[in-house]
Amino acid sequence: MSAPLLETRGLSKHFGGVHAVAGLDLAMAEGEVLGLIGPNGAGKTTVFNLLSGFLRPDAGAIRFRGGSLLGQSPHAICRRGLARTFQIVRPFPRLSVLDNVMVGALARHPAAPRARAHARAIVERLGLGAKAAQPAAGLTLAERKRLELARALATEPALLLLDEVMAGLNATEIAGVVALIREIHRGGVSILITEHNMRAVMALSHRIVVLNFGEIVAEGAPAAVANHPRVVEAYLGEEYVAAPSR
Amino acid sequence: MRRVAIAAAVALLAMLPLVPSVFGSYAVTLFTLIFFYGFLGQAWNIVGGYAGQLSAGHAAFLGIGAYTAALLSVERGVTPWLGMCRIIVSNTEALGGAVGYYITFTGDPRQFQFQDARAYYYVALVMMLAVTGIVAWLERRRFGVYLSAIREDESACEALGVNTFRYKMLAMMLSSFLTGIGGAFYAFYLFSLQPASVFGIPLSVEIIIRAIVGGAGTVLGPILGSFILSPLAELARYYFAQGGWHGAHLVVYGLLLIAVVLFLPEGAYPRLARLFRR
Amino acid sequence: MLFGGVFSLMAVGLTLIFGVMRVVNFAHGDMMVWGMYLAWLMATRGGVDPYLGFVVCAAALFVLGFVVQRVLVQRIVDAPHEMQILLMLGVALVLENLALLLFGPEPQRVRSALAQSTVWLGPVFVDVARLIAFAVAVLLTLLLSLFLYRTDVGRSIRAAADNPYGALVIGTDVRRVYAVAFGVGAACVGAAGALVAPLLPFQPPMGLQLSVASFNIVIIGGMGSLLGAFVGGLIVAVAESLGAVFLKPSLKELVSFSLLVLILLFRPAGIFGRRAS
Repeated sequence: MSAPLLETRGLSKHFGGVHAVAGLDLAMAEGEVLGLIGPNGAGKTTVFNLLSGFLRPDAGAIRFRGGSLLGQSPHAICRRGLARTFQIVRPFPRLSVLDNVMVGALARHPAAPRARAHARAIVERLGLGAKAAQPAAGLTLAERKRLELARALATEPALLLLDEVMAGLNATEIAGVVALIREIHRGGVSILITEHNMRAVMALSHRIVVLNFGEIVAEGAPAAVANHPRVVEAYLGEEYVAAPSR
Repeated sequence: MRRVAIAAAVALLAMLPLVPSVFGSYAVTLFTLIFFYGFLGQAWNIVGGYAGQLSAGHAAFLGIGAYTAALLSVERGVTPWLGMCRIIVSNTEALGGAVGYYITFTGDPRQFQFQDARAYYYVALVMMLAVTGIVAWLERRRFGVYLSAIREDESACEALGVNTFRYKMLAMMLSSFLTGIGGAFYAFYLFSLQPASVFGIPLSVEIIIRAIVGGAGTVLGPILGSFILSPLAELARYYFAQGGWHGAHLVVYGLLLIAVVLFLPEGAYPRLARLFRR
Repeated sequence: MLFGGVFSLMAVGLTLIFGVMRVVNFAHGDMMVWGMYLAWLMATRGGVDPYLGFVVCAAALFVLGFVVQRVLVQRIVDAPHEMQILLMLGVALVLENLALLLFGPEPQRVRSALAQSTVWLGPVFVDVARLIAFAVAVLLTLLLSLFLYRTDVGRSIRAAADNPYGALVIGTDVRRVYAVAFGVGAACVGAAGALVAPLLPFQPPMGLQLSVASFNIVIIGGMGSLLGAFVGGLIVAVAESLGAVFLKPSLKELVSFSLLVLILLFRPAGIFGRRAS
């Protein structure tokens, strides 16, 4: 295997006495779709915040495309090709859908007309074309999740971190997002995804890492992980059904 | 409908240069103030309206600009035209403290002193149009889009590759530079400066309230706000001062500010724009 | 130094309002000025000594704070920060200039029989008035923390500060709690105003200066921390009086601002502040 796209060594972060992430070793190959799952509070979102530069790790190393990401600010990390979405979507409510996406596109295309053209293409591709001129505040939740995706995609990342992009969506909408993620992946983007919808994450991921209390408890192909006793325990341990359908 | 509105606005604008030759000197003074506050409101708009960073300290930049221009002119003989171009500095303590400064009137255009009040009128008009042009140009460029996005959500901006600190800093620098230029104009238009009149919250409020009433974060909002409020402010000041009611106009400002925040938070311009679009 | 108690009381009021509603009360200093003028009115018209009158001032300011919260601030608790600042700026303008209209620009001073007398306290010579102001301010701060930690209303205020949604779920009338908290915060500063009225000549434009001083203390002590505001007030008072003695009296504000900058550099959350998560 060639040098991994993303690699963490001994990544740790604690809040007060709580070890949110404890010595995480994670590696991702170019072109991979990696699913990061675990019960609530397992540390998934903290991992995302550490990787994208919103939190500083207490210890450990992060390497991405051959360089270290430690101490880099979020905008610099984004420009190096690692983009993220937020679990709680954060559109720019008073800007139009197109302008929202344009903010992302400007990271690669400083000239406004070119950035706008790229943004328009992505808006169309993600099925938001009809809403392009509307303020983002008026979108439905499903549309906002798509907008979140569109913005991150507009920064032309090599690796996309997706934080619960399906939470709160109905079955039809989820199917749409799954198809969309597949399409993005076919376009050459590696994907790290956390998701509570087991069926979707199992279907999408090449490999799954299960996190509990900030540590990896299981790792492997989706089918193998689903039946792993420690995984079942981790979920049932907090009276949580293995595939919650919210 | 929309075309008519634009045509009307352009026609109105085209008539502005003619005002001094048609109307009396009071109108000239009034319009000069409208342009001046429109200019300052627009300068504030860059940071306060687009980037959403409230800067109540704008009056300080204005004051520093005014003082620097006055000092350079009085003590060093530097022409304020030059001073207006390079007001970046300053240290208030070096500026003669709280005594106030008086500029002697020479009527020399090279010293930015004009016998004819109409000259100030044209300078103020050009200043207002120029800064509005700059803002309109920036609005659709990367700088403008980034600033609006920063106003909405800074973290999301960072995640999308925006160096938020850098852009806020640039906006602040541009805005305070422009405000400083406004200060130089103010110093020579009013001839005498006293700290209390140039520095301080009330002037910041005068600037901010025009931009908010007109519509912060829009190109024409601050200008519209100045056209609405400056004449009202002058009238209010005049009548309240006659009655010995010092401070009454500021009570009115306060109430207006509260009312606008509660009932018209986006300002008058977006309302008007929607009206015409129909 | 003895001003410290009053400084603390001002800052405690501000930090209470901020801690509960996350709204910065820009009209804080102007509310204090109103406290001073109320004390002045009572002293000149009714002959009430400000060291008794402060109770009435606190009550009046409680009502003012309650109403401001109910009628104005409540509508924009969830609005963007800049809108809240503008609204409070509007309130500050109205309060300050209404005072200017009603009471005029001349500096006023309240006479109190106590302000003339002095007493030996150990080795130092102290104004009785300052001593009383200090004692009452400290007492009020203590009462306030008892109120917050020992009564039901106090507990619901702390609950709403911690998690307004959670408080709502368990049946707290959050709007009422907010209004009470704003009222209590305003009452603190009203009492503080009355207590210093005999010691300082005052005029309407002082409000801004007092607001800035309060922010300064609150930031030094730590946003939202009662203990921080209390200790911060004492520290700033000591630093300012030392600055006035050893440097120049006009530089005392410079001292407290330098303190502010130092704190922000080395402990951005303030002395007793917890880092925001």
